[in-house]
Amino acid sequence: MIIALALATAVLKLIGPLLLGGRPLPSGAVAVIGLMASALLAALVVVETFGKGRSLTLDARALGVVVAAVALSRRAPPIAAVVAAAAVTALARAVL
Amino acid sequence: MRRGIPFGLAVFATAISFGVLARPVMGVVAPIVMSIVVFSGAAQLGSLAILTAGGGIGAAIAAGVLLNARYLAMGLALAPSLSGRVVSRAAFGMATVDASWAAASTGDGRFDPWYMVGVTVPQYVGWVVGTVIGVLVGSSLGNPSTLGLDALFPAFFVALLYEEARGRRKVVAAGGGAGIALVLTPFMPPGLPILVASLAAVVASRMRP
Repeated sequence: MIIALALATAVLKLIGPLLLGGRPLPSGAVAVIGLMASALLAALVVVETFGKGRSLTLDARALGVVVAAVALSRRAPPIAAVVAAAAVTALARAVL
Repeated sequence: MRRGIPFGLAVFATAISFGVLARPVMGVVAPIVMSIVVFSGAAQLGSLAILTAGGGIGAAIAAGVLLNARYLAMGLALAPSLSGRVVSRAAFGMATVDASWAAASTGDGRFDPWYMVGVTVPQYVGWVVGTVIGVLVGSSLGNPSTLGLDALFPAFFVALLYEEARGRRKVVAAGGGAGIALVLTPFMPPGLPILVASLAAVVASRMRP
């Protein structure tokens, strides 16, 4: 897995600088590529917040994620938002 | 390089968490090797999340590759600003990471390649050193879910998404991806719903910007 990811990442980084030499890709492909990270990150948020194997569940993680989202929207540094999410999740588990 | 130090510190902290989360799934050496050769937060955390959730290696690799598809677009934008031999163009291309690429943009569609390398170096050091510390510290932390460490994954992805999803089409792609993952999770093995969610990017690309 590590080797495959390392090679694939290198190929993705190098295609532009080495092969295309400034020639553009079709605009449709560029648009899809530019949107890929948003779609996957949002899917990962959902699965990591609510996923439990093959089922969906609502537990303390959701509270932590909400806190992180609010902190980010209040311009908190990302790492502070992430640490707050873990702290709130841990606290909710201890209390509830 | 000074411009890269704040990014380096942020990356360092993220890498510690990556090391902590990776330790139970991948052991001690593999996460460190991965940080040295892959050097990509989104791809490493994304593929690790799928492995942790019980997904297969194929799904983990595919998710990591799709998460890094943006490097193709970034490399295409960078290419006209690079001159010189193949080796030097390749070296600059490999130095591409999100924050450096954005910082090196001169605002007129061109990039300052040496500036980009300068911002990347502290991030690379922070990423590798942080992973080592995370892997070593991770074993002494006890039960990860008591500490809320399982909330680190979704919180990281929220933070990355918050930086990434600017503009109408990206927000639509994110909403669609989230919806697809939510609906498909009960019906598919772990990892696959995330891959299918990439179709939201195709649909959103048909919209006017």
